[in-house]
Amino acid sequence: MYAFDYHKPSSVEEAASLLASKEDATVVAGGQTLIPTLKHRLAQPTDLVDLSGVAELKGVKMDGDTLVIGAMTTHAEVAADATVRSAIPALADLADGIGDAQVRNCGTIGGSVSNNDPAADYPAALLALGATVVTTNRSISADDFFTGMFDTALEPGEIVTEIRLPKPARAAYAKFPNPASRYAIVGVMVAESGGQIRVAVTGAGQDGVFRATDIEQALSGAFSAEAAKAVKVSPETMSADIHASADYRAHLVSVMASRAVAACS
Amino acid sequence: MADDGIGASITRKEDRRFLVGRGTYTDDINRPHQTYAAFVRSPHAHAGIRGIDTSAAESAPGVLAVLTGKDLADDGIGDLICGWLIHSRDGEPMKVGEYAVLAKDTVRFVGHHVAVVVAETLAEARDAAELVEVDYDVRPACIATATATANGQPQVHPEAPNNRAFDWELGDKAATDAAFENAHHVTKIDIVNNRLIPNAMEPRAAIGEYDFGTEDYTLYTTSQNPHVARLVLTAFVGIGAEHNMRVIAPDVGGGFGSKINIYPEETVCLWASKKVSRPVKWTGDRSESFMADTHGRDHVTTAELALDADGKMLGLRVHTFANIGAHLALFGSVTPTYLHGTLFSGQYVLPAIYVNLEAVYTHTAPVDAYRGAGRPETAYIVERIAEVAARELGMDSAEFRRRNFIQPDQFPYQTPVALTYDSGDYPAILDRALAMSDYDTFPQRRAESEAKGKLRGIGLSCYIEACGIAPSAVIGSLGAGVGLWESAKIRFNATGNVLVYTGAHSHGQGHETTFAQIISSHLGIPADHVEIVHGDTEKTPMGMGTYGSRSLAVGGSAIVKAAEKIVAKGTKIAAHLLEASEADIEFKDGAFTVAGTDRSTTIQEVAFAAYVPHNYPEDLEPGLEESAFYDPGNFTYPAGTHICEVEIDPDTGVVEIVNFTAVDDFGTVVNPMIVEGQVHGGIAQGVGQAMMENCVYDDDGALITGSYMDYCMPRAQDFPGFKVATTETPCPHNPLGVKGCGEAGAIAAPPAVMNAITDAIGTDMQMPATPLRVWQALQAKAPAMAAE
Amino acid sequence: MAVSVSLNVNGKSVSREVEPRTLLVEFLREELGLTGTHVGCDTSQCGACVVHVDGKSVKACTMLAAQANGTSVLTIEGLAPNPEDLHPMQAAFRDNHGLQCGFCTPGMIMSAVDLLQHNADPSEQEVREWLEGNICRCTGYHNIVKAVLDAAGRMRGQPQAAE
Repeated sequence: MYAFDYHKPSSVEEAASLLASKEDATVVAGGQTLIPTLKHRLAQPTDLVDLSGVAELKGVKMDGDTLVIGAMTTHAEVAADATVRSAIPALADLADGIGDAQVRNCGTIGGSVSNNDPAADYPAALLALGATVVTTNRSISADDFFTGMFDTALEPGEIVTEIRLPKPARAAYAKFPNPASRYAIVGVMVAESGGQIRVAVTGAGQDGVFRATDIEQALSGAFSAEAAKAVKVSPETMSADIHASADYRAHLVSVMASRAVAACS
Repeated sequence: MADDGIGASITRKEDRRFLVGRGTYTDDINRPHQTYAAFVRSPHAHAGIRGIDTSAAESAPGVLAVLTGKDLADDGIGDLICGWLIHSRDGEPMKVGEYAVLAKDTVRFVGHHVAVVVAETLAEARDAAELVEVDYDVRPACIATATATANGQPQVHPEAPNNRAFDWELGDKAATDAAFENAHHVTKIDIVNNRLIPNAMEPRAAIGEYDFGTEDYTLYTTSQNPHVARLVLTAFVGIGAEHNMRVIAPDVGGGFGSKINIYPEETVCLWASKKVSRPVKWTGDRSESFMADTHGRDHVTTAELALDADGKMLGLRVHTFANIGAHLALFGSVTPTYLHGTLFSGQYVLPAIYVNLEAVYTHTAPVDAYRGAGRPETAYIVERIAEVAARELGMDSAEFRRRNFIQPDQFPYQTPVALTYDSGDYPAILDRALAMSDYDTFPQRRAESEAKGKLRGIGLSCYIEACGIAPSAVIGSLGAGVGLWESAKIRFNATGNVLVYTGAHSHGQGHETTFAQIISSHLGIPADHVEIVHGDTEKTPMGMGTYGSRSLAVGGSAIVKAAEKIVAKGTKIAAHLLEASEADIEFKDGAFTVAGTDRSTTIQEVAFAAYVPHNYPEDLEPGLEESAFYDPGNFTYPAGTHICEVEIDPDTGVVEIVNFTAVDDFGTVVNPMIVEGQVHGGIAQGVGQAMMENCVYDDDGALITGSYMDYCMPRAQDFPGFKVATTETPCPHNPLGVKGCGEAGAIAAPPAVMNAITDAIGTDMQMPATPLRVWQALQAKAPAMAAE
Repeated sequence: MAVSVSLNVNGKSVSREVEPRTLLVEFLREELGLTGTHVGCDTSQCGACVVHVDGKSVKACTMLAAQANGTSVLTIEGLAPNPEDLHPMQAAFRDNHGLQCGFCTPGMIMSAVDLLQHNADPSEQEVREWLEGNICRCTGYHNIVKAVLDAAGRMRGQPQAAE
C-alpha cells in the first residue's frame, strides 16, 4: 500500500467537501475491493474518505412501493433485512450470495454499485429491477448509471447515497460462480414489473452488466424456463478468460436465465 | 497395552497452541533491531539485465541497503543447488544451468529475484523496492512443456541445448517393444498432468541473523528440512560453516513439498544480516508464493499398454516431457525420475516396462516435489490407461484390475522397474472399497441420475506408492547427494518424563503425538509425559527432514531403535536395583521385572537411579539418554483403492462428487484419527488437481493464475464427506511395520476422479475437469445433445 | 500523517498512533503482538485473518486499523473466557482433528463461531457453504465440518456459550 491520509467524516456534506478539496481522494465504503486494490499498489490515492461514520447512509426502508437502501448498508444487512426479504426476496438472496460471510459483513451496496465490477452481482439486480441510484447531486436510472466495465455515470466527487428499487411483481437471480474467485461468471436477474420483463446479466459481457433483450422478448411471449433456455445468446459480446470462453458464457446466460425464471414461480 | 500407545486415536498434543493462537510460525517471530527485506522481482519471463540503478532506492526513507547479484558475487556467495545428479540414457550427466540467488545478467521467470531492499520497516522496504530501476532486454520466452525441446525455441540455459536437462530412461526397451509386437490389443493415451502451485497456507518467510560477537548465523525459516538447509547454505552456497549456523524451522504452516527447496529469500536474509549488521526479516505474500514457490507436476505424456486376449497386461511404454521450470530445484531432478519411473508396475504383474522421460527447462518457476512428488504422475498414467483399456476391452474396471493384480503370495515382488515391493494384499483392498462404495448398485444410481437429466459416473484408482526412500547406499549409487536415514535421541529426565529429539520435521503431520505414542508403547511412558523436539539444528541430531511420507517409517523407526538402547541400558540398571542377573530382567509396559517373580522397578525409577546414581552399577555411565540413526533396507509400499462417484449437470458442466471412498493399506497404523486426516487432506488436493487447480502461464510467461482469484483452491463446499478405511499388511522391514500415509490421497484421487468423470461423459478429457472443460468435452462429443 | 486508533481488543482498551495504511491485521500482529491472527493471502479470500469486529466476523487483512477505530475486536486469543480453557469450538476442533498445520485454524474457528451466532443448528451443507471464505490446505475440510457440527451440538447443550 502507498501512503495516504485518512478521513472519517460524519456527514455526506463533509465527505463531499473532503473529496473536493483533496488532490486525489477516494471514497472507502466497505473496502472489500478498494483495500485489496491498495494492497497490490494498483491505486495511489492521496486521501481516503471513509463513509462508515455517516449514519444517514445506512438502513433500509419502504417509500410506498419502492424499497430504499442506504448506500452504506452491508450485504449481510440486506440479506437479513425483513423489509428487503418481504419486498424483493430475490435481492436478499442475491446479497446473501455475494462473496463470503466476512465480505458480506463489510461490503456495501453503494460501494459495489459505484465500483461496477463486471462480475459483481448488484448491478444485475439494479438493472433488472429498474432501480434508481441517488447521489449527492442527482438521481440516475440504472439504465444510465452503468456505463461500462468499472465505469459509471458518477462524476468526480459524487457520492452514491441510496438505491431505490421499485418492488417487482416477481424476480429471481441465478448465479454461476467463478470456481476460483466466486464472483459471477454469469449472473442473471429476471424481474417482472408492471407487465414488463427485464433480464439483466452480469459477469458475462465485455462491457459489464447488460440487458438480455432477446431473452426478455422470449419471456414476454411465454414466461417459462424453457423459453429462456431456448434463446441462443450470441457469444460475440461475451468476455473470455481461462474460466469461461465466450461460447460458454453465452450458453450459461440462457441456462442461468432459465433457472432464474424457474425460481420466480 | 497403554491406551495412548500405538493404535490409539488420541487427540493431538500440538493442538492446544494452535487452537488458542499461540503457535509460533516464522512470521510471528520478531528479533531485536530487526529490519525488513523486500525483493525486486522480474516482471518478465526472460530478459537480459543491462543494468540496475539502485540510487533512488538507496536514498529512500529508512533504507539500509539495496543489494544485487553483483554484491553476492563480490562476497563469494555461490549458487543454489539441485541435490540429485541424474544421468541421461547416453551416460551424460544432467545439464545444470545457473541457479543464482539474485539474478546475475539474465532473468528466467516472472518473479525471478533481481535485487533486495533492506529497510527499517516493511512499508519502507516495499516503497523503496519500487524505486529500483532495472534495465531489461526483454527476450522471447519458452513456456510450453511439450514443445520446449523443439528447434527454434528460446533457450533457457546455454548449458542445456534445446532446453533438455536430461533424457532419462528406465526399464527394458527391447523386452517392452517385443511385448507390444505380441499384443492382442494396445491402448494408447495422451496425458497432461497439470501444473500445480502447492499453496501451503503459511507463505514462506525467513529471518536471518548474524551475531558479530560469536560469528554465528541463525536462520528462522519455513522449512521442511532445517538440517538440509544448513548443509546446503554452508557447504554449497558458502554462508558460514555448519558449526556456526543454526537453522530453526519453528511451527510451519504446511509444506506439501514447497518448503523442501533452499530458496533465494532465506539465503539473502542470512547474507544481508551480516551486511546491515542487524537481523533481516522477509515474509512472502501470497502473490510471491504463486510466482516463486516451487511448483508441482507439469508432465506431458504418451503412454501405451499392451494387452493379451484375456486382458492381461503385457507391457507398458511411456514417454514424458517433464517441465522443471527455469532451475533445477533441490529435488527437481529426482521427482520425475526415481520417484516416478520406478512405480510404473502399479499394483500389477506387468512383465515389461520402458519409461523415457525428457526433463525440460522453461521460463517458468522451478518445479519440485509437491505432495506425492512423481508418484501421482505415475499413478495417474497407470490408472487412467488401465481404465481406458478396460473400457476398450469391454471389461468391468474392477475385474480388469483384479485379473492383473500382483497376488498376496507373490511378495516380495520384483518389478521390472527396479523396486521390490515388500508386502500387500491388493484384492482385499479392492473388495473392501467396492463394498464400501456400493459399486454393485451403481447402475441403479446412474439410472436415477439420468431420469433427472444428470450424468453419473464411477471411477476406480488402485494406486501404489513408495515411501521412505532408501537405503542410502542405493540412492547414492543413483545420484543422491545425501543419505536418507533419520535420527532420534531419547532423553529421560530424572523425574521420569521424556524428551525425544527427531530429525524429522512436523508441519501439520502430528509428529508430536504419534512419536509420543511410540514412546508410550515401547517404553511405557504416557504420551502426555513425552515432549517431541524438532526443527532446530542446535537441539536435534542431524536429520533429513520430512517429505515423501518418510517420517514415521524412517524417523519413527529411529525412535524405536533408540528406545531399544534405552531398554538395554535400563535393564543393566534394573538388574542392579533388583539384585538380579541382567539375563533375568524382562521389560514390559514400563516396568523391569525379574522373570517369574513380582520383583519389579519402573522405568521412571530406573531413570531416577541413572541421574542420582547412589545405588548404581559400578561399570556403567550415569544418565539415560540414547541416540539412534536408522537407514531403512527398502522403501515401504502403501497401496490402496479409491473410488469416486460423480454426478454432472450437462447444462453447465458442473461436476459434483457425490461419493468418495478410500481404502488404504498403510501397514501398522499408529493413530487412526491422524491417518484419516492425512487421507482426507490428500484426497482434497487430488480432487483439486483433477477438477480445479491449474497453473497457467500465457505465451509470454506471465502468470495468469497468480492469485486465488484465478487459481482455484478447493473449498469446503466442493466436497462430500469422505468414506475412509484401512487394511493392514505390516511393512516387514521396519520395526514399526508402518508404511506412510501422507501422500496417498493426492496420488490416488486424480485418476479416480477422472475415471469417474470420463465414465459419466463418455469421452476422454484432461485435468482439470473444470465446468468449462467438461461442458466443452460434452459439446465436442455431441453438440446437438449438449446444446439442448 | 499518523492516525490515532483506540479500540477494545479481547476486552482490553488499546490506543496507538499508526500510519493510515496500517491494516487491522498488522495492528493486531505488530502493534499488539497478537500473532494468532494470520495472513495467508493478499486477495481477501483465505480467511486466515478472520476476527470479530463488534461481534461480526471480518477479514482483518481487508480493514484498516483506522476503520476499526472505536470498535470491539475479538481475536482467537480472546475467544476462550480464560487462558486455561478452550471455547467449545476450539475443543471441538481438537476432539475432531479439525486442524493439522494450524495456520488456517484461528480464522476458521472465528468464522465458525460467527456461523453459530447466526444459526445455532446448521446442516452439514450450511457449514460447508458458510466456510467459503476460509481456505484450508491440510484437512480436506472433512474434520473441520465435523468439528463445527460437534461444537454446535455442544453449544446448544450449554445455556451460555463462552463468547
